[in-house]
Amino acid sequence: MIEMEDVYKKYPNGVVAVSGISVRINQGEFVYVVGPSGAGKSTFIKMMYREEKPSKGTIMINGVNLGKLKESKIPHFRRQLGVVFQDFKLLPKLTVYENVAFALDVIEEQPKYIKKRVMETLELVNLKHKARMLPTELSGGEQQRVSIARSIVNSPKVVIADEPTGNLDPDTSWEIMKIFEEINTRGTTILMATHNKEIVNTIRHRVIAIENGQIIRDEQRGDYGYES
Amino acid sequence: MMSSEVITDMKARTLRRHMKESLRNLARNGWMTFASVSAVTVTLLLVGVFFVIMMNLNKVATDIEEDVSIRVHIDIAATKEDQDALKNNIEKISEVDSVVYSPKEDELNNLISSLGEEGEAFKLFEQDNPLYDVFIVKTKQPEHLESVAKKIEKLDFAFKVRYGQDDVEKLFSFIKTSRNVGLVLIVGLLFTAMFLISNTIKITIVARRKEIEIMKLVGATNSFIRWPFFMEGLMLGILGSVIPISFISMIYRYSYEYISSKLQGHFIQLLEFNPFMFQVGGLLVLLGALIGIWGSVMSVRKFLKV
Repeated sequence: MIEMEDVYKKYPNGVVAVSGISVRINQGEFVYVVGPSGAGKSTFIKMMYREEKPSKGTIMINGVNLGKLKESKIPHFRRQLGVVFQDFKLLPKLTVYENVAFALDVIEEQPKYIKKRVMETLELVNLKHKARMLPTELSGGEQQRVSIARSIVNSPKVVIADEPTGNLDPDTSWEIMKIFEEINTRGTTILMATHNKEIVNTIRHRVIAIENGQIIRDEQRGDYGYES
Repeated sequence: MMSSEVITDMKARTLRRHMKESLRNLARNGWMTFASVSAVTVTLLLVGVFFVIMMNLNKVATDIEEDVSIRVHIDIAATKEDQDALKNNIEKISEVDSVVYSPKEDELNNLISSLGEEGEAFKLFEQDNPLYDVFIVKTKQPEHLESVAKKIEKLDFAFKVRYGQDDVEKLFSFIKTSRNVGLVLIVGLLFTAMFLISNTIKITIVARRKEIEIMKLVGATNSFIRWPFFMEGLMLGILGSVIPISFISMIYRYSYEYISSKLQGHFIQLLEFNPFMFQVGGLLVLLGALIGIWGSVMSVRKFLKV
C-alpha cells in the first residue's frame, strides 16, 4: 500500500515540483499518472522509489517511511519494487538473460533460483526464445519487455513505470500494456506515468492528474482528460 | 533464519562473482586497462629505480660513516700511564663511541699492506719505526667528528689529531641532499601515479555509469557495487608492478655483480641481491596495490552518490 500525506518537494534551485500531495493507493491497484510535462509527474514518481526525498510530508510504502529511510537502507527498500523507464535502461553488453538475471545477481540470490526465476519471467514477457540475444538485436518493444522482466523478476509488490510506452509505436505499446495488465492481475500494484491518451482511455483504470505539483483530479476508471 | 553455513557459502560465491566481474571488466575495457597498467608500470619503475639507488646510497653512507674515525697520534714522550690517562680522557667525552689502541707496529703493517708491492720498501722501517702509536676513536654520530676532534686536541699527549675533515663533510652533505631529493621525487611520483590511475579508472567508471545506476535501481548495496572496482584497482596495481619488479631485479643482478667485482675488498658494499630485491619486490607490489585501490575507491565514491 502507498500512502502520501501532504508531500512537498522543493529542489535546491528553488523549484517547487510537488506542493501538498496526499494520496492513497491500495495493494493491487492500477494507477495512471497523467499531466502536462513539467507538472511534477516525474518528481512524484521518483519519490516513490526514493530517488528523491520529500522536503515535507510523509510517504509510506508497504510500511516503510521513505522520508526517514536511512541511505544505507535504500537498496533493501528498492528490492521490494520494480522500476521501468522510457529508455529501457538495459546493459547493451549483456544478453537478455543476463540483463534480467542482473537484478537477482546483485541482491545475491542463489544461482539455481536465479536461473529458474529468470526463465519463468522471460516466459511471461514472451522472450524465452531470445534469452541469448543482445538488447541491440531486439526491437524497441522487445527491449521494453526485457526491462519489464527485470523489474518484476524479484516479485515486487509495486511496479513503477515512467512513460514505459514513450519510445514505442502504438502496436508495440498495446503489447506492453498487455504485459502490465497480466502483472496487475497477479496482484502487483502498478503506478504508471504516461502521455498516451489512447491507452488511458481504452484500458480504464484509476487516473491521477497532476498539474503545478498538485493533484487536480483523481478518478476511479477516469479518462486522460487532455488533448494530446 | 539462514544458517551461518549458508551465509558463508553465499559470501564465497559473491566474492567469486566480484572476481569474475572485475576480470571481465578489465578485459572489456582493454585500452583503459592497458593505460592504467602502463601508468602504474612507469611510476613503479621510476620509484623502484630511485628507491634502489637511494637505499644503496644509504648503505654506502652507513659504510663510510662506520669507517670514519679520528686518529689520535700519541706523543712519543708519553709513558704507559700517560697513554692510559689519555684513553680515559677521550672515553669521557660523551659523543665518543669507542677508543681502540693501535701500536705503531700495527700501523706500519697496515701501511705496508695497503700499498701492495710498493709497500715492500717500507719494510726497511721495521727496525726503526717512524710512526706513532695511535688511538682510533669512533664517534656515536659522524656529525660529532669535528667537535670531538677539537676536544681531543686539547688533551695532554695528543700529538696530532686527524680525520678526513673536508672530504667527509662534503660526502655527508652530498648523501644527505641526494637522500632528500630522492625522497621528494618518490613522493611526487606516487602522487602523480595516483591521480593518473584515479583518472583512468574514472573514465572507465563514466562508461559504466549506467551499470551503476541500474545496480542501484535494482537494490544493490553500495559495498556490492564497490567491490568489483576495488578488485579491479587491486589487479591493475599488481599487474602494473610485474614489469618493474622483473626489470629492476634483472638490472640489479647485473649491476650488483659488476660493481661488486670493482669494489672487492673495499669496505663499501652494495646491498645484497637477496634479501634486498625481495624487499623491493614486496614494496612495489604493495605500492601498486595501494595506488590501484586508492585510485578506484576515490573515483567510484563520487558515482555512488546517484
